[in-house]
Amino acid sequence: MKYEVDHRGYYGQFGGAYIPEMLYPNVEELRNNYLNIITDESFQKAFHQLLKDYVGRPTPLFFANRLSEKYKAKIYLKREDLCHTGAHKVNNTIGQILLAQRLGKKKIIAETGAGQHGVATATVCALMGMECVVYMGQVDMERQRPNVERMRILGAKVVPATSGNMTLKDATNEAMRHWINNPSDTHYIIGSVVGPHPYPDMVARFQSVISDEMRKQLTETIGNPFPDYVFACVGGGSNAAGAFYHYLDSEHVNLVGVEAAGKGVSSGESAATTALGKPGVLHGSKTLLMQTEDGQVVEPYSISAGLDYPGIGPIHAHLFDTGRVKFVSATDDEAMNAGIELSRLEGIIPAIESAHAVAVLNQFEFDPDDVVVINLSGRGDKDLETYIRWGKY
Amino acid sequence: MKNRITTLFDSKKKDILSVFYTAGFPKLEDTVSIASHLERAGADIIEIGIPFSDPVADGPTIQASNKVALDNGMTVKKLLAQVKEIRKTVKLPIILMGYLNPVMQYGVEKFVEDAAAAGVDGLILPDMPVYEFEELYKDVFRKHNMCNTFLISPTTSDDRIRRIDGMTEGFIYAVSASSTTGAKKDFSEEQVSYFQKLSALKLKNPILIGFGISDQATFSKASSYGAGAIVGSAFITRLSSSKDLSADISTFVKSLKGK
Repeated sequence: MKYEVDHRGYYGQFGGAYIPEMLYPNVEELRNNYLNIITDESFQKAFHQLLKDYVGRPTPLFFANRLSEKYKAKIYLKREDLCHTGAHKVNNTIGQILLAQRLGKKKIIAETGAGQHGVATATVCALMGMECVVYMGQVDMERQRPNVERMRILGAKVVPATSGNMTLKDATNEAMRHWINNPSDTHYIIGSVVGPHPYPDMVARFQSVISDEMRKQLTETIGNPFPDYVFACVGGGSNAAGAFYHYLDSEHVNLVGVEAAGKGVSSGESAATTALGKPGVLHGSKTLLMQTEDGQVVEPYSISAGLDYPGIGPIHAHLFDTGRVKFVSATDDEAMNAGIELSRLEGIIPAIESAHAVAVLNQFEFDPDDVVVINLSGRGDKDLETYIRWGKY
Repeated sequence: MKNRITTLFDSKKKDILSVFYTAGFPKLEDTVSIASHLERAGADIIEIGIPFSDPVADGPTIQASNKVALDNGMTVKKLLAQVKEIRKTVKLPIILMGYLNPVMQYGVEKFVEDAAAAGVDGLILPDMPVYEFEELYKDVFRKHNMCNTFLISPTTSDDRIRRIDGMTEGFIYAVSASSTTGAKKDFSEEQVSYFQKLSALKLKNPILIGFGISDQATFSKASSYGAGAIVGSAFITRLSSSKDLSADISTFVKSLKGK
């Protein structure tokens, strides 16, 4: 595969493992073992069994009739919002907790932004009877209260990150510090295709079940596995990595990543990393990063906590660099309007993250026969309060 | 000119005290005066931290000092100008320590060159991969007579320690525990046996032990297994509450050395 990670963990110039020595043995242990473990037949069997019986996979590929009429194309929604726990995040946490068990780890830590990854981690920890600590920015804890309580009900300890903007970036810092301080018995379940190698590759592989199913489902419905377009929102980029994965080498499939423009790309309150970022190093990998000229990481902004991150996964930095994926962005307003629109046209209230992917359809001129798949990464239950505050419905 | 770090280790084998503080903390211009106070007080090495927005390897004390320094307007350029200022009077070896990203944005090669010109003797960039140093930057460090120091920790394998030893000029920074930075009360038996193992490895480079050094007891214990020790968080805590930097730094250094 042309866009696969190389043996040192790089996608082109991006990726690698930029970590202090205290993390080196942990990351090295993973690097040396992850491929053997996850390609093992018994692992794959356990993984897919849980995806089927516990997560509810395959998730439907739904033909969105009224949305298709409006945008003059054949639009399908990949219903990751129907996964157990309400988003695609659980695909990865199932994979990683099985991996952690095989590595003999006893405790799990995670970071979370919107709380979806935190809930998905707390869920699999409950399932497997493992101790779980989730770091979450204090600001995010306030704006995603229901998810905090869900994690607590599931038995996880939620620790507020109180540095910086108190959002996802800061929660990730705290989780990494925890891992440095607890090196031997703890596995860190990173929730996106970020972090030092092998995390981006590992998470992309677990999420690749999304495009694997898309291929099969499209073959059944339209007779071939290839859509003309795949749309996915990108914060760190795990749902996009999963939705793009099996199409990366099929260059005739247009892949579109949608970033959060916040109050506008040039407003100073945005999370549109490909538009605003430069190559830099954060959380263990070299990637595109929103930063000052002096190399200080800029605090991002988006109405959606799950996209509120100053970087993107190194795989996406490379896909942007090579032009394989087209990156566009949607503002807060556009995303909220799209969320309401999808609710009214299809009876599906999307997560505000996923609404970003719907929001950019009017930026494209489709042929009526174009097959367009939108990866609907999560459901909007957790965002009810934001919708209510928005009010325009 | 001979590098001041290697010169120091050639002449002094024991009880070397390296003191770490964050540039631009507590006040932007304090970087300069703290260095001269440290020299007068009897420190052996001055280690200045380049502040970063996301210091993942640091505990709360150094994190907070990074934030204050950045809020004060500290930048890499300002730091290099301050080092020039320090060099007008201070003769001690100066090391800059920081996360890779600010250095990368400055340009690693240009940074090494400009830091050397300003009077810096060594760099510690804990999140720069060993292979990246070896393949991309070793020559530029050598050209500018710049020492490089890597960290090792209790979980670093012996093979890797030897590889790092082979690439290092100056000294090796042995982190005393698998932890983020921060002052601790004492060393555990486990840590002591790690120190003993290190000294038994008979590396070509001297070892300074850091993380968890806070007082005379921890300093002298660490020094007994290596060439000396590095103190950071405890010093920064002292700086934060200081009303008289000169007097407090003098007292602090003397209390560590026990004389």
